[in-house]
Amino acid sequence: MQEFGFPILSALVWVPIIAGVLILFMDSKQRDLYRGVAATAAVVVLGLSATVFFTYNGIVADALNETLDEHYVEYDDPQDVNEREAFYAASEANYSAEVQALIATGSSDATVAFTDTTQFRETHKWVSELGIAYDLGVDGLSVPMVLLTGMVAVAGVFISWRIEDRQKEFMAFFMLLVAGVMGVFISVDLFLLFFFYELAIFPMYILIAGWGWKDLREYASMKLTLYILVGSVVSLVGGIAMVWAAGQYFSTDGAVIFMKASEAGILRDGASVYSFDITQLTLAAENGAFDVPLFGTTFAKFWFPFVFTGFAVLAGVWPFHNWSPDGHVAAPTAVSMIHAGVLMKVGAYAALRVGIQLLPEGAMVHLPWMIFLTLINVVYGAFIAFRQRDFKYVIGFSSVSHMGLVSMGFATMNMTGMTGAGLQMFSHGAMTALFFGCVGMVYDRAHTRDIPSLGGFSKKMPWVAVAFVVGGLTSMGMPGLSGFIAEFPIFQGLWVASDTVALTIGSYTLTNYYGVIALVSALGIVITAAYVLRVSGQVFFGDFDAKKFPDVGNITIPDRIVLLVLGTPLVVIGLYPQIIAPMITVGLDPIARLIGG
Amino acid sequence: MLFDLFGQAFSDKNLMPWLVPFWPLAGFALISLLTLLLQFLQRDFTKPLHTIPATDHNYGGHHPDYDGMDVPYQPFWFRITAIVIGMTAMTLTLFFAWSLVFGALDDFGAGTFGKIPSAEQAVEEEQAAEPEHGATSDCEDCVYQSNIEWMSLGESSETGFRIGTLVDPLTSIMLFMVPIAAGMIFVYSIGYMWHDPRQARFFALICLFAGGMLTLVVADNLMLMFVGWEIMGLCSYSLIGFWYEKESAYNAAVKAFTVTRVADVIMLLGIVYLWSLTGTLNFRDILYNTETLQMLGNTKAILFGSWGLSASGLIGMLVITGTVGKSAQFPLHVWLPDAMEGPTPVSAMIHAAAMVSAGVYAVIRMYPLYVGLSNPHAADPTFSAPLLYMAIAGSFTALFAATMGTAQRDVKAVLAYSTISQLGFMIAALGIGAYIAAAFHLITHAFFKALLFMSSGSVIHAMEHGEHHVHEHHAHAHNRQGHDDHHHDEHGHDEEHFDAQDMFNMGGLRHRIPVTFWTFLIGGLSLSGFPLLTAGFWSKDEILADAWNGTTVHGSGLHMMVFWVLALAAFLTAFYTMRQLGLTFWGDARTEEAEHAGLGGPYSIVSVAMQAPLIVLAFFAIVAGFIGVPPDFPILGSIFSPEHNFFHNLVVYTLPAMANGGAEVFHVEAPPVRFFPVFMSVLVALGGLFVGWLMYWRKPLKAGQADPLIRIVGENVYTTLQRRYYMDDLYDWLFVRPFRWVGINVIKLIDKGFIDGVLHKIAAIFIWIGDFIKTLNAWLIDGVGDGIPKAIFGFGGWMRRTQSGRVQQYLLIVLLAMIAIGILFALSAGALAIG
Repeated sequence: MQEFGFPILSALVWVPIIAGVLILFMDSKQRDLYRGVAATAAVVVLGLSATVFFTYNGIVADALNETLDEHYVEYDDPQDVNEREAFYAASEANYSAEVQALIATGSSDATVAFTDTTQFRETHKWVSELGIAYDLGVDGLSVPMVLLTGMVAVAGVFISWRIEDRQKEFMAFFMLLVAGVMGVFISVDLFLLFFFYELAIFPMYILIAGWGWKDLREYASMKLTLYILVGSVVSLVGGIAMVWAAGQYFSTDGAVIFMKASEAGILRDGASVYSFDITQLTLAAENGAFDVPLFGTTFAKFWFPFVFTGFAVLAGVWPFHNWSPDGHVAAPTAVSMIHAGVLMKVGAYAALRVGIQLLPEGAMVHLPWMIFLTLINVVYGAFIAFRQRDFKYVIGFSSVSHMGLVSMGFATMNMTGMTGAGLQMFSHGAMTALFFGCVGMVYDRAHTRDIPSLGGFSKKMPWVAVAFVVGGLTSMGMPGLSGFIAEFPIFQGLWVASDTVALTIGSYTLTNYYGVIALVSALGIVITAAYVLRVSGQVFFGDFDAKKFPDVGNITIPDRIVLLVLGTPLVVIGLYPQIIAPMITVGLDPIARLIGG
Repeated sequence: MLFDLFGQAFSDKNLMPWLVPFWPLAGFALISLLTLLLQFLQRDFTKPLHTIPATDHNYGGHHPDYDGMDVPYQPFWFRITAIVIGMTAMTLTLFFAWSLVFGALDDFGAGTFGKIPSAEQAVEEEQAAEPEHGATSDCEDCVYQSNIEWMSLGESSETGFRIGTLVDPLTSIMLFMVPIAAGMIFVYSIGYMWHDPRQARFFALICLFAGGMLTLVVADNLMLMFVGWEIMGLCSYSLIGFWYEKESAYNAAVKAFTVTRVADVIMLLGIVYLWSLTGTLNFRDILYNTETLQMLGNTKAILFGSWGLSASGLIGMLVITGTVGKSAQFPLHVWLPDAMEGPTPVSAMIHAAAMVSAGVYAVIRMYPLYVGLSNPHAADPTFSAPLLYMAIAGSFTALFAATMGTAQRDVKAVLAYSTISQLGFMIAALGIGAYIAAAFHLITHAFFKALLFMSSGSVIHAMEHGEHHVHEHHAHAHNRQGHDDHHHDEHGHDEEHFDAQDMFNMGGLRHRIPVTFWTFLIGGLSLSGFPLLTAGFWSKDEILADAWNGTTVHGSGLHMMVFWVLALAAFLTAFYTMRQLGLTFWGDARTEEAEHAGLGGPYSIVSVAMQAPLIVLAFFAIVAGFIGVPPDFPILGSIFSPEHNFFHNLVVYTLPAMANGGAEVFHVEAPPVRFFPVFMSVLVALGGLFVGWLMYWRKPLKAGQADPLIRIVGENVYTTLQRRYYMDDLYDWLFVRPFRWVGINVIKLIDKGFIDGVLHKIAAIFIWIGDFIKTLNAWLIDGVGDGIPKAIFGFGGWMRRTQSGRVQQYLLIVLLAMIAIGILFALSAGALAIG
């Protein structure tokens, strides 16, 4: 759908790429020129992503209101109107008889919902022979992520404003990184998704190895790259297997469904049975194409752990989290921000989109045990963060802990819990980027990150202190800030799932343990409060030693822009979550249908 | 849209509750923005604020809390503006809150307010009612309420958040108490913080604090209540640690926040569980819905369900944990005594008007949930798990804290323990079903405890003033001896720090600050439950009467236990109050500082602003009790409650008549006045006061004299009491140290040791394989590889023979090659087309 008269999603990817290439050809002495280009590109990306966000929000809101008005007459009490249900009912009714016929032979609820919610679609031929296309689109899950990427891009450019060492190259690679990350969120083609996924890793490696903290950068960049590459290769193999299995299905049993779906216009024009189109794979998943036997189990059950974990490595799932704290600490500030803020969400997003959406059967079998891994993430990360002396390691491990909550939300396998996970992805992204920004600003001026030797910085850097405290309160789930909005549904999802989810190991069946998991993970939140207080107390309060830190002064205007861009959404969403929650539920609807949540 | 609603809120009482917390919150925002504005006005805003020494004349010269520090310069107009904003906000809040309270009494009247219509009535009204947005103005539920959708979750609106406000009888009594108590605290703060360099920050935070409390009070659902609950937690943190340069203050703040946070997270789990079962958090949806309550009571809890715990029992236990934390009940009481590290108005706010009251309020709010299917008033009373827990924990805390209160040296510490103890009274009362008595005590306690804290603050301020005086005197003496370089900043280095809060440094203050003395006395007597005259007597008496009623009528052991434990605690309360009064005000000054204590003359701003609120609160500390006099009480009953007990009759309609199973649990009659409980409550009050008088008033302590209590209880017991039964040390061993150990060792053993260890092993294996292949490469592949060039070389030698030098031959070869390629292309294109 072309709402804007120009391909807005392509612009999101190509603006930073073009800017990055342009910067590479500039004179490295003209700092203001290439910094300006980078800043302009980042601001344009933020503007475009905000446009996408608010337009999408408007679409969702309109859909809600229309159906609300229609249904008003039938109910005495408008508050009892089941608004969401009505929305889907109405949107489904819009589909023609062809879709009805399709439903008669197979099922297509989830696929239709997915096509329906995927907006601003751009489809161009690319490698048609292999079923690969340049296919962009955003749904309710990716729209917040797109906005987040835009925010962090702007913040990253402005916080790197004062880098002295090869700034030109830094900016160029940073732009490529932004493009790669953005691309993952807006791909509707599985191959394109992998393409952007790998595209993001390459500049990441260079940026950490070239501009990172000297003591650790080579080790950390290598560790990070290996972890992520191995993970993505495993997922890629799984993805190709899925395409193959779906193709097999559509050319035999599912031929009718495929034909009907093509006629109904759900699938890409002229798609072959073997296609990387996520819509088509969703249709396959929905109709049981992945239930074929494989290695003594079914295809979905076999591949799910590999595909899910392969991506979840990037989301820092235990025990594959170890790259992340080292990587975060070694990376320069802007890269830490985009890394913890967005790249970890790329992992979670891809795990959800490819792992859970395309292999729902596998998810239902495996997530009930994988939730223990996420629980370890939450508590374990918090414990470690609690005892770190290095300011940046504290934040690094806190990311591990908070990303555990995201995966935990996925593992609830119901709408509420997953909505919480979606909210947590956005909330944590902005929050942790804010944290890393604060750490960077302190480190730049104090030249040390050793927490006990810092102190009293709120007197010299009140903005940073306030921002850090806001971020800290968000991370400990203070109501009125976005962290609470995210954690509450996750816990609710856990309680709700507690009755239904059971885990069978051999002859023993474990039931009702999700409630226990909620209780234990609450411990993680308590510890979060403890370390946030400890760090903010030691770094920002107490006495300031002016002799020890002669360079510490108030922060510059670009720094303030960083804090504002990242801090504002935390408060806005905390106070008025309705701005983002509906679109996430809309985006999760197909997945919820697939896993019966 | 929003502005319209805002305008409507001024006239529509259903919307008006939103305004109550709005003003203080807006005040907070405004003062914070002003601070920012000040940065712009003063100088280049990229640089930090201009700082001056805290001891600058601008700030009154003397600050024990800012020893030798530089603080941002705040001009006088700015400080006044902060005060004006804060006071305006509070006045507006008071106005709207009270117009709601009295409006409700006027519109509905006590006895109707809060009642829900009977079933037939409800059906009729439902048919008549037109669907419209917002709330209806007729007396459908006989309360003021409105709500909005805040966040949709899941597929249907049923699982989304709705937030809204509700004014029912319980809210209304809180709306009566909180704004006036908080307002008085604000007035008092003008005086107390008059010279403080961070006064604007203080007003901003205390506005936020009041806003949080009022949000909690007007909330119509657990969600919004929790929001207010957490705002207060945050404010208590920032305000207890207000003088964060002082390590003890900062530690106290962290402790308060961490302890309450642990409780809050557990409470949050309870809220979430409740929601996952009912799909709503609205109080009236849950509490007035017999089916829901029955469902909750009959559902097995997901944890401990096999032990017979019902869902409502589990939710109750989880949510009560939040109360235990916030209201400082055993075993989470440890934060409250330390919380007095903050400025005294904050202590008054925490201990009286806001924070701790919130815990008890929350329990009363959700009371039917805790009662579950049990009935503490039945002939054969039954107690659900939360009730049992509250009865035991509450009465234990009441006694436990009272014993600690008897041995404290710090004037505020005594009050802190009395707060814990009095809250124990309320929680214990809730445990035995006496929720109206608990609400009554909540209100009276808030008034006299705010009074006591602010009086003690006035004492401390007076003592600091005396200290300042003495200090200057000494400084002059030093100067005469030639120490010209002596400066305020070095205060504390050259002499031992004087503790202005230690009661043993006081004595005889009744002459120095008479107004404070009288108000303190009134507050103290009210706390002790001085018979007939004071508010504390009536509320405490009602708790004891309820407990005794249960004991005699139902023969319940739990009621009896509560009665005797609380009676003993009440005795100790009276005793330590008298001790405190004696040590502080009676006798002669024991130190030079106490001799010069004062508030800077009777008509100084500080003196007036700090003592006027005391008088207002002293008034309430007396009369607040008369709204709840039992009607059958001899003489006084017929004066104050001619028809029925006003308070009882108002508050009883907060809850539905029937709980579940059809038993009348909540609309029980107030217990009849019996001789024995009244006698007991008079006896313990007067007895405690008498013993205190005997020990501390008859022969006032001289300077350097030890506490006579030591002679009676012995040194060991005394120290144990003073050290709070070593609870802090125990917690350090139980929680703090193990947590640290785990934190350190998890990374050492698992992260760096195991996971990275394995990873590095894998890396080593790969490196070994690499080396192996490299060797192999050199031997085998290179062998082959080197062979190939040799072969090519040989082939080249052979090919050289085609280089004949004849052009025609070359052209022929080119032509042949082109034809071959062309055929290949054609074939492949054709193949593709066919395929």
